[in-house]
Amino acid sequence: MKRSNTFFVCLLVLLTGFITSLVDVASESGQRLLQAPESAGLVSRLGLTDLSLFTEARYTRHPSQADIHSAFQDHPVALEHFPTGSLLQPPAGLLR
Amino acid sequence: MIALLRKQRYFIDYTLGTMMRHKGKSLGLLSVYTLIIFMLASVMLFSHAMRSEAVALLANSPEIVVQRIQAGRSVMVPADYLQRIGKLRGVTEKRGRLWGYYYDPAVKANYTVMASEQDQLSITDIVIGEGIARTRGLSIGDYLTLRSHQGKAFSFRVLRLLESDSELISSDLLLMNPQGYRQLFGLDESLYTDLVLSVRNPREIQKIAEKLTRLLPDSRPILRSEILRTYESLFSWRQGVMLILLLGSVLAFVIFAWDKASGLSAEERKEIGILKAVGWETGEVMRMKFWEGVIISLMAFLIGYLAAYLHVFYTSAGLFEPVLKGWSVLYPRFQLTPSVDGLQLATLFFFTVLPYTLATIVPVWRTSITDPDLVMR
Repeated sequence: MKRSNTFFVCLLVLLTGFITSLVDVASESGQRLLQAPESAGLVSRLGLTDLSLFTEARYTRHPSQADIHSAFQDHPVALEHFPTGSLLQPPAGLLR
Repeated sequence: MIALLRKQRYFIDYTLGTMMRHKGKSLGLLSVYTLIIFMLASVMLFSHAMRSEAVALLANSPEIVVQRIQAGRSVMVPADYLQRIGKLRGVTEKRGRLWGYYYDPAVKANYTVMASEQDQLSITDIVIGEGIARTRGLSIGDYLTLRSHQGKAFSFRVLRLLESDSELISSDLLLMNPQGYRQLFGLDESLYTDLVLSVRNPREIQKIAEKLTRLLPDSRPILRSEILRTYESLFSWRQGVMLILLLGSVLAFVIFAWDKASGLSAEERKEIGILKAVGWETGEVMRMKFWEGVIISLMAFLIGYLAAYLHVFYTSAGLFEPVLKGWSVLYPRFQLTPSVDGLQLATLFFFTVLPYTLATIVPVWRTSITDPDLVMR
């Protein structure tokens, strides 16, 4: 087998994988619509506002509900001590 | 046309032959290149999928949440605020919510405790999220003991578990009867944690929020659009942080690739000289080198992207999990719904494949326009 043929076969396999991933995106997002009612129902029934990703502090568990001073809640000019703080965006006012 | 294609095929054949002669070097470059694209694509796919997941999940969150602020902190809202709000045009429903946190020293984790009227739970029954069930080893019918504000132990029976499909929003949730909630936290009937307002027409939300701040000057309305925006920016920020962490390795790769692509070795220069001497034209030498760049960068892009896709959507982004988990004991188990941002994908392609391919051509052009005799010496 010529080297170029081997290359084209590899390329074809990879491109098929690439196209399959895009088809997968389209089909899975349709599937999600079928599963979503359970989560959507829970969100609207309980009035949930945040994802339960970081549970260590109230301003990381509910970033959308936290007040703008929440990172400095312990005493004035207190540095925040939860590691998630480095992953969460500071309030918009501080970035201006 | 066929002749042209055949000619390109011969170029590819020759290029692959040259690359096979330096097998170690070519494979090394391909692996490093693939690894870099894998990392960048993983960050990109993960952040985009998390953002879309958050926006889709929270699309039904309350239109307006009203908090009470006292001395810069959010405090309990008196129940009579519901009467003070009165009948606002456009508001279809208003109710108080009872929720808070409970720190469980047994597992060193915070639960989000919420009172739910719709579940019609008895005072001793609770519904828990999968995260709590997993961490405490609880199943339906088991008892969970919580200490009240007075230090008294209350035992609650697990009536059911929240659906595992919704773990991303309910992993640490503990639902209980409103009366049970008030007894546990020592809260009298006249207080709520916050108020929730439903608005039929989304265009009226802003206006209603303005009216609320006039009616209740110590309140802070949080709109659904703000909640969604928080998550939009949160994951963009996280993507930025991850990319900065990766910047060092990306720069190292750029230097490596630039050195490999732009600085021709004496051997390569000699090879170009021989090709020119046996009759190859400058354009043909450049085409041969162009194919070398295309083969390496295209292969690296496709392999890196596919590996990142499998990593993020089919192994739950295992490499990022330790970073994202942080101190969360109750981290949810979730499978992200595959979602790809076409624009981000195109940007990744143009910033990885094109520069390398171009970087290989320029030095070849410089060498191939010089006299073959001079190059071979």
